[in-house]
Amino acid sequence: MTQPTEDGGLMYPESPSQTAGPYVHIGLALEVAGLPPRDDEIGPEIATPDAEGEPVEIVGRVIDGNGDTVEGILVEAWQADANGVYQTDYRADRAFRGFGRSAPGEHDAGEWSLHTIKPGRVPHPNGDAMAPHINLMLFARGINIHLNTRLYFDDEADANAACPFLTRVPPSRRDTLIATRENGSDKPRYRFEIHLQGPQETVFFDF
Amino acid sequence: MAQNDHTAFVMRDRGWHPPAYAPAYKTSVARSPQQALMSLQTPTASELTGPDFDNFVLGPVDNDLLLNFRPGTDRDGLPIGERIIVYGRVVDQYNKPVPGTLVEVWQANAGGRYRHKKDAYMAPLDPNFGGVGRTVTDADGWYRFRTIKPGPYPWPNDVNSWRPAHIHVSVMGPSISTRLITQLYFEGDPLIPLCPIVNTLNDPEAVDTLVARLDKAGSRPMDSLAYRFDIVTRGALQTYFENQG
Ligand SMILES: [Fe+3]
Repeated sequence: MTQPTEDGGLMYPESPSQTAGPYVHIGLALEVAGLPPRDDEIGPEIATPDAEGEPVEIVGRVIDGNGDTVEGILVEAWQADANGVYQTDYRADRAFRGFGRSAPGEHDAGEWSLHTIKPGRVPHPNGDAMAPHINLMLFARGINIHLNTRLYFDDEADANAACPFLTRVPPSRRDTLIATRENGSDKPRYRFEIHLQGPQETVFFDF
Repeated sequence: MAQNDHTAFVMRDRGWHPPAYAPAYKTSVARSPQQALMSLQTPTASELTGPDFDNFVLGPVDNDLLLNFRPGTDRDGLPIGERIIVYGRVVDQYNKPVPGTLVEVWQANAGGRYRHKKDAYMAPLDPNFGGVGRTVTDADGWYRFRTIKPGPYPWPNDVNSWRPAHIHVSVMGPSISTRLITQLYFEGDPLIPLCPIVNTLNDPEAVDTLVARLDKAGSRPMDSLAYRFDIVTRGALQTYFENQG
């Protein structure tokens, strides 16, 4: 199917999404599937200990409308570096990669985790700085098109209150985007629970 | 790559994609958000950037599923099944190539069994088949895999639901706004119109865009049939510079 465009050319429809299914790990998280990893798998280490910035761990679960944990979830993360700059040139050998993936393993009871640094503040097009945040994409069986959300940090209260993006989210739902700091083993750990449905449903974005 | 150089994209047509809630696909019922998605009137650098993979170094057989599960030990055979080439272009909605982007695939073996801890289907594993591949598009947006045709498999949805033969396909595109995971089906498969996952798509024309065509001319005589599958990511609009905004 095609549609006319302004310049008289043809515009094609985007390829339509289909669920990533229960075996998404074979393709995108090989160790969870039980496959031997290749060199340079894209994994949960978004930043190595050598990267500039404050090392942090992110852990979380995704909860469905029945209150059950979605154990087969695949989470993708995209974030700015410590200076608030997106490093678009992906290289496996960089200390800061910016992009990563996480999926709960067999014994993780549905908990996924990421190792990274706290991102810097990225400018909003209006000129103000957005609060530090990580962009997340969710894929699983039963999710027909991936869900986009953002994770903010509860110890950035001032930046959050001034964030031109976060303050557009209705106040009653803003907390669904804020991860909670807890005492980690060797570095700060933030917990982020994503609810697909229900009174605590996480805000998901269309962009 | 210039950090202030951000391209916006043609709006995603949510009616063309499957809805989150598609009750004939039962798992979607409890996994579909009930609140409206929050629309961003002003996308930011967070949405308008994404990883590009021009400098991501892949293994020499990462895109060859006939060979990439043979680590050179005792497993020295080829996988069982119809040898096929799956290839095509990643282009945007204006038919502009999408170069340097990561294309990843995964699939069942010829018997319809996945090499996954959780797949307990009675069809046997193939000792010579892993079922995973990845590649990066070239300067003109082309990608190419060599594999075997996957088998259909049963799954618990209705009492007797079967997936048509399919390959899962993941593509990043130029930004996380263009991120897409879909499935490739094969021309002529009678299971396509019977599948509750296929039928999460409301428009038969949308289904048609996911059907790879037999490409006899692209085939290798006495070796492999070819299937052509082009992937369309969201169209890139004009570039703007946030410093001038
Ligand atoms: Fe499948």
